[in-house]
Amino acid sequence: MDNQTKIHIKNLNLHIGKQQILKDINVQIPKNKITVILGPSGCGKTTLLKSLNRLTDIYPDIKVEGSIEIDGQDILKVKKRDVTDIRKKMGLLSQRPYPLPMSIYKNITYGLKISGRRRKRFLNKRVEHYLKQASLWDEVKDRLKDPASALSIGQQQRLCLARGLAVDPEIILADEPTSALDPVSSQAIEEKFVELKERYTIVMVTHVLRQARRIADHVVFMYLGEVVEQGSAEEVFGNPKEERTKAYLRGAFN
Amino acid sequence: MRKFFKLLEERIFQGLMILATYGIAVVLFVIIISILIKGLPSLSWEMLSQTPKGGFYFGKEGGILNAIIGSLYLAFGSTLLALLIGLPVALYMNIHLLNRKKLVNTIRFLLDLLWGVPSIVYGAFGFSVMIFLGMRNSLLAGIITITLFIIPIMIRAIDEVLKSVPRGLLEASLSLGSTRSETAYRVFVKQCIPGIITAVLLAFGRGIGDAAAVLFTTGYTDYIPTSLSHPTASLPLAIFFQLSSPVPEVKDRAYASALVLTIIILVISILSRILSRRFQKTKINF
Ligand SMILES: Nc1ncnc2c1ncn2[C@@H]1O[C@H](COP(=O)(O)OP(=O)(O)OP(=O)(O)O)[C@@H](O)[C@H]1O
Ligand SMILES: [Mg+2]
Repeated sequence: MDNQTKIHIKNLNLHIGKQQILKDINVQIPKNKITVILGPSGCGKTTLLKSLNRLTDIYPDIKVEGSIEIDGQDILKVKKRDVTDIRKKMGLLSQRPYPLPMSIYKNITYGLKISGRRRKRFLNKRVEHYLKQASLWDEVKDRLKDPASALSIGQQQRLCLARGLAVDPEIILADEPTSALDPVSSQAIEEKFVELKERYTIVMVTHVLRQARRIADHVVFMYLGEVVEQGSAEEVFGNPKEERTKAYLRGAFN
Repeated sequence: MRKFFKLLEERIFQGLMILATYGIAVVLFVIIISILIKGLPSLSWEMLSQTPKGGFYFGKEGGILNAIIGSLYLAFGSTLLALLIGLPVALYMNIHLLNRKKLVNTIRFLLDLLWGVPSIVYGAFGFSVMIFLGMRNSLLAGIITITLFIIPIMIRAIDEVLKSVPRGLLEASLSLGSTRSETAYRVFVKQCIPGIITAVLLAFGRGIGDAAAVLFTTGYTDYIPTSLSHPTASLPLAIFFQLSSPVPEVKDRAYASALVLTIIILVISILSRILSRRFQKTKINF
């Protein structure tokens, strides 16, 4: 494995009950790049992201085969009690924001406290820093003690981004991170992602083709549980090889 | 014609619902009024502040302080114990045993069975265990018996609330690097506090109002217990004994005792409502 690859998915098959959701997935996700996963609704994008994080563990009928190597370590072989260490390497932004039932402030410090960081000054600084990163600070700086439930969905989405960054992951898994945002906030998050890729490896699902064209370095196109085509953004957008990719890029599946 | 029947059907069901709703309201009202009418005249400061006088627990003088305190001890003790045991069990069932659906459903089924077992059976069970251990009637025996009796209620009531927490919240917490137990106590408990309070209230109400579970296990006494090994009086038994007295004044005092019991439950309900409302705000509504 070359050290430009952060995540290497090999022969990944995933079943939910009797249904096969992911079919023989082979994907290499480059380090410090933005990899965008595209594909029509229901093709398995979310499921793929969740398996990178071993969140598939909590579903009794999900069966996963194959291997997912992160920095050369097969995370599917990691023992149950060490899974939290794997998850700490990744920040997951779920498709729908799930803020924790506590204040805005505590949503950010939750992950930090879990890892034993408790000093008030340190926490205050981190909260401000990450809320700024997610361009939410100005809106909430006067009401950090308010419950996160009071935020709008778009604000919750940014809160979840801040919260995910706060645990200092190496990889960001973002499932439509701007789906509930207005164009201006989306733009801000996009710019943030481009900036963040210096330090993180970013995997992002999006339905917005223009967004993908703007920020993707690497593209994975999925269709009905299979990876149809993958490659650099120029290749896939400029010169798609597969018929289904072409159709998708023309907007035929939406 | 079809339209006519549709309308008729609609009317009939609406009528049934109205009847049931108002029916229940009326019945509740009548119960409370009758307790008030019969109980208020004999309810005095003396009844609330003194233990029975005359050396006989269903005498005409003194009060029922022994039963009030006894019942509070029994109910708070057992509710606390049931919560301390029940909450971890419910959390474990819903978070750690997520992948053991069959096992969890079996546990649920068994708990529902236990919920349905009449309290007198728990009383008899507690009694036989007491005899076996050579224990005597005591506050402790009462607390343990009531705890056994309300634990299924506590667990299942909390379980129902936990079940409704969306998977996404668990995923969110886990992906932040917390373990299942951290997720259980820091996230799920917070999200479910209003529901947990309701469960506690339900268990408390069953515990404080039950006569059969304490009938064989706590004994009865004119005194206020000062140790867990003392026998203790309780309101349901006070009502029972007073009501079975041939003396009319004593009989009336039964209603006063019933009124006191009702007021305690009412006060606890209102307090828990207020408490629950406070936490409602942090709860995320999905
Ligand atoms: N818990 C589950 N139980 C059963 N089937 C599931 C479950 N989760 C996902 N699926 C199925 O797996 C397939 C892929 O779902 P997934 O959520 O990964 O799609 P997606 O590509 O993220 O779609 P979208 O763009 O709409 O978010 C779908 O057919 C879905 O019905
Ligand atoms: Mg999805």
